[in-house]
Amino acid sequence: MEERMLMKGNEALAEAAIRAGCKCYFGYPITPQTEIAAYMSKRMPKVGGVFIQAESEIAAINMVYGAASAGVRAMTSSSSPGISLKSEGISYLAGSDLPCVIVNVERGGPGLGGIQPSQSDYYLATKAGGHGDFSLLVFAPSSVQEMADLVVKAFDNADKYRMPAMILADGLLGQMMEPVRFPESYAPQPEKPWACTGHGNAREHNIINSLYLVPEELEKSNIERFERYERVKRELCLYDNYLTEDADIIVTAFGATARIVRSAVTMARAEGIRAGLIRPITLWPFPAQAYRDALSTAKAYLSVEMNMGQMVDDVKLAIECKRPVHFFGHTGGIVPTPAEVLAQLRAINEQIGK
Amino acid sequence: MLYTRPKSLCDVPLHFCPGCSHGIVHRIVAEVMDEMGIVGDTIGVCPVGCAVMSYDYFACDMIEAAHGRAPAVATGVKRSRPDKFVFTYQGDGDLAAIGTAETVHSATRGENITVIFINNTIYGMTGGQMAPTTLPGQVTQTTPYGRDPKVAGYPVRVCEMVSTLTGTAYAERVAVDSPQHIRAAKKAIRKAFDTQAAGKGFSIVEILSTCPTNWGMTPVQAVERVRNEMIPYYPLGVYKDITEVADNDQ
Amino acid sequence: MTSEIQLAGFGGQGILFAGKVLAYCGMMADREVSWLPSYGPEMRGGTCNCSVTLSDEPIGSPTVYTPDILIVMNEPSFLKFIGNVRPGGCAFVDSTLVDSKSDRTDIDIYEIPATAMAEENGLKGGANIIILGMLLKKTGIITMEEIEAAVRKIVPPAKAQLIENNMKAVRLGYDFS
Repeated sequence: MEERMLMKGNEALAEAAIRAGCKCYFGYPITPQTEIAAYMSKRMPKVGGVFIQAESEIAAINMVYGAASAGVRAMTSSSSPGISLKSEGISYLAGSDLPCVIVNVERGGPGLGGIQPSQSDYYLATKAGGHGDFSLLVFAPSSVQEMADLVVKAFDNADKYRMPAMILADGLLGQMMEPVRFPESYAPQPEKPWACTGHGNAREHNIINSLYLVPEELEKSNIERFERYERVKRELCLYDNYLTEDADIIVTAFGATARIVRSAVTMARAEGIRAGLIRPITLWPFPAQAYRDALSTAKAYLSVEMNMGQMVDDVKLAIECKRPVHFFGHTGGIVPTPAEVLAQLRAINEQIGK
Repeated sequence: MLYTRPKSLCDVPLHFCPGCSHGIVHRIVAEVMDEMGIVGDTIGVCPVGCAVMSYDYFACDMIEAAHGRAPAVATGVKRSRPDKFVFTYQGDGDLAAIGTAETVHSATRGENITVIFINNTIYGMTGGQMAPTTLPGQVTQTTPYGRDPKVAGYPVRVCEMVSTLTGTAYAERVAVDSPQHIRAAKKAIRKAFDTQAAGKGFSIVEILSTCPTNWGMTPVQAVERVRNEMIPYYPLGVYKDITEVADNDQ
Repeated sequence: MTSEIQLAGFGGQGILFAGKVLAYCGMMADREVSWLPSYGPEMRGGTCNCSVTLSDEPIGSPTVYTPDILIVMNEPSFLKFIGNVRPGGCAFVDSTLVDSKSDRTDIDIYEIPATAMAEENGLKGGANIIILGMLLKKTGIITMEEIEAAVRKIVPPAKAQLIENNMKAVRLGYDFS
């Protein structure tokens, strides 16, 4: 293993992407993700890669579409309002079965919102990345190390399942520095015989396309894609459990919020409250089984999010509402504190004790 | 002269209306690819519009882009595969309305791609609405009283506009209303691909084209309209050509 | 052991840099480390603050709410943050720039005229590092070797003379009684 380097989350992500073989980066400046673009602009020319500051978020995602069509690893990054703009291109990428990585370092919304950390694009990432029936792989890092590790996983799995992958981070993770270690070796990239690379008169022409004017053909392509999604759900649910084995209360949180909750769970345990944390690492596919497994001891669930309560729906679905699922959160860039979460845990603990 | 299908066109029936210029332009683009022997080294990007299914027609690798985004997609392809020829094939709504930003910025970046631009002054596929190139007074589905510039603004002259940009290497407007003009159009397309081969930057060929169906005309009337109404408003000619200029003089 | 540190002052005083030096010190000691700046419009000219955590455990919240150690380099930050210091913790105050006093008796408050000391010693802009020298002496959470290694790591080779200046600043703070 290489030595530990102290890096910002945004920079670690960018460096890891390059090491994972990202050849093209297209982006547009927006706070709080601009370090990714700045880092790429510095490094890409040195490694024979491509950096373009696009004229718009829309152009950037469509450049990704072009590069992905040409069979190379390509990435764009933005923050919430910019991701709204990219959703057209994301739908086309999904509809054309193109692998790529889209990074969303979230900020508060709706509209122009604010620039402080937020997780209010959970729905956007997991349910509504654009028009049409499709899903994205969604990875939610919770540390600078994971900003690096998950972008590699995102590229590998995007290629494996031929679908776009999103890194759903937030301003806190993007701006903070932690030590990070990059792996020395990376999995080889798969062949892409479907790519538009010029057929050299050696094969039929390849077509990258999402248009199907015959209803039966469009339905067939959707059904095939959803069969692939079922495979993803079986093979790629990632999560992390902390003190869940005997937990009365399952707290769940993703990304930066999970760190705060972890602190709160430790504090609660010191008071004798049996709390445990489930941290989903993939938000799509959602690790529903982890929540069902916890039903054996859990009397209540609590979802803590930097939004008005979005993931809480998936938790309820996962356990089929067999237990109460509480929600606690902040928006606008206010980060929940461990003390606030602890207060929630105390209140729930009192309720379930009755 | 023996007319056979160019090898760079697939052996499938085209869906275009009788008298529409798309078939002619497809043919001459394919002939240029044949002449240069580059169909195996070319990646085309097609638009949303009447040419949406060009991916089935051109025998090179083809990518379908979202509406207006073809130059951005082509940018991604060309930067990934700089040794390949990359062209877009776009209509006027695609290129000069919803995709204006992509057009202007790929030109100003000097992207080394070729744009084949069909200007027929109307949205064809959606059934004949006003395009950015619709002439003043022209009746369309969404300008039922004729295009009134006070309400709907003026047409965009694309070649004139992009020729102001330093990144544009070659811009020419042609028409396909007569055999003589078709030969000139093909020459322009060849020149555009040659410009790309020389790595000179952005090349665009604007082709004044017919749409008899949505103009409510016979094919013959449509050709006459190109000659009598469009060419006077959109003069033919070379608007920009830096191909003879040494790189350091630009 | 976990040390939660908050640094606050004006933009341009090297608040983020001093935080980075601390974070590097922790990394040199192979500890868990996090560094989180305030970001946004307040970066430009206004107040600036930064959270640093050094720990032997995985770090939960990277935001420091109740610091064990507070470094303050201006009046508004002093007024805003001095009340948050954890009882039993300590605060390092640049007394050149902070006039207010705290009546807290449950924390140790160390005053040091760091900005004046920096100017007198030809180390303009080095007040932040002078304070780190005092922190080193009073808390022992970092060592002289770690701070020197950290400075060498951060300062680019082209600006090698800055290493000596920084170490001079550390020693000034360390020797200040």
